[in-house]
Amino acid sequence: MRARIAILALAALALCAVTPASAAADAAAFKAAYAAAVAANREAGALKDQWTTTSAALKEAEQAASAGKYDEAVRLAQQAEALAKASIVQAKEQDQAWRAAVIH
Amino acid sequence: MGGRILVALTALALTAATPVRAVERVDPQAEFKAFRGYFQQHFPKVPLEDFANGPYAMDQDMRKQWEDIEQFPPYEFALEDGKQLFATPFKNGKTYADCFPNGGVGIRQTYPYFDTKAGEVVTLELALNRCRAANGEKPLSYVGPEMAALTATMAYTSRGKPFDIKIPDDPRALAAYEDGEKYFYTRRGQLNFSCASCHVQSAGERIRAEVLAPALGILAAMPIYRSEWGSMGTISRRFTSCNSQVRATPLEPQDALYRDVEYFLSYMSNGLPIAGPGARP
Repeated sequence: MRARIAILALAALALCAVTPASAAADAAAFKAAYAAAVAANREAGALKDQWTTTSAALKEAEQAASAGKYDEAVRLAQQAEALAKASIVQAKEQDQAWRAAVIH
Repeated sequence: MGGRILVALTALALTAATPVRAVERVDPQAEFKAFRGYFQQHFPKVPLEDFANGPYAMDQDMRKQWEDIEQFPPYEFALEDGKQLFATPFKNGKTYADCFPNGGVGIRQTYPYFDTKAGEVVTLELALNRCRAANGEKPLSYVGPEMAALTATMAYTSRGKPFDIKIPDDPRALAAYEDGEKYFYTRRGQLNFSCASCHVQSAGERIRAEVLAPALGILAAMPIYRSEWGSMGTISRRFTSCNSQVRATPLEPQDALYRDVEYFLSYMSNGLPIAGPGARP
């Protein structure tokens, strides 16, 4: 239950944009935010629980960076990281929680 | 004395090497009875064999719709295509019939099976592509119309035959069953849904205009023509699209886990008649 609340909280955070992107966001800030998001999503992938919304946010972040919109790109990368982290929490909780749903 | 210590140490080492899952051994037969019992209890008016018809088994109105659809079934074209594809020789002169027992006729109910030599679950879709590879042909897409047509034809020759899925006395087979079961009951995706959320806990309920099919017999009518898709779809297509709908990134079609899910679900449907190909809303 607590884990489920954590998932929802993380997802909500992601949707609200975790940290307001700095007005001075640049290519380096984007690279760091993007790398963190990719690493988290890779971990979710190893747990076989990536979310489509994470990859969509990553793609949009890349597009924004390509257009030179670094504030937007950093915000989207942070959103992707938060979504990926929520999926990791979900996967770890479900690793045992699934048993409670089995029909006996 | 030294020998006894050696035996004890060996026994300890063997115990340590045994996977944790062995302690929590599942009992597929007991689970099969409970699974079937759950659906029969929830839908006491639905005859057991009608679970093969998915949502169309749920009430009289839906059944009437299904009977009307069966007058001019939308999968008929796929059946014809499949028949032709199945009979067309490969470049080496052989055909699909050479790869399957009984020439591939009336065998759908035994798939998927656990291959004790390879130590893995083999689905009909995988077997078809392996047949192609063995005869020097390129694989077909697991979610494409040709695979749907081929499996439709093979299912059609097996209609009415009861699912006959076996779990051989092999710990790897039991592990595959349990992995499939775990995937089926595990919540995933941003919507935090498992396969069971829809097809066990909400079976028979509406999700928008659709009635959710019960998990019992859910693969009996595969492949299916879905009005929502406007085309035929394989089991691979169904699994990947279900995952996407809950915002989970789908696995690759025929990933070992998807094959394990198919193994688990088909075992749960043992005794129900093959009804494929089918049509669904």
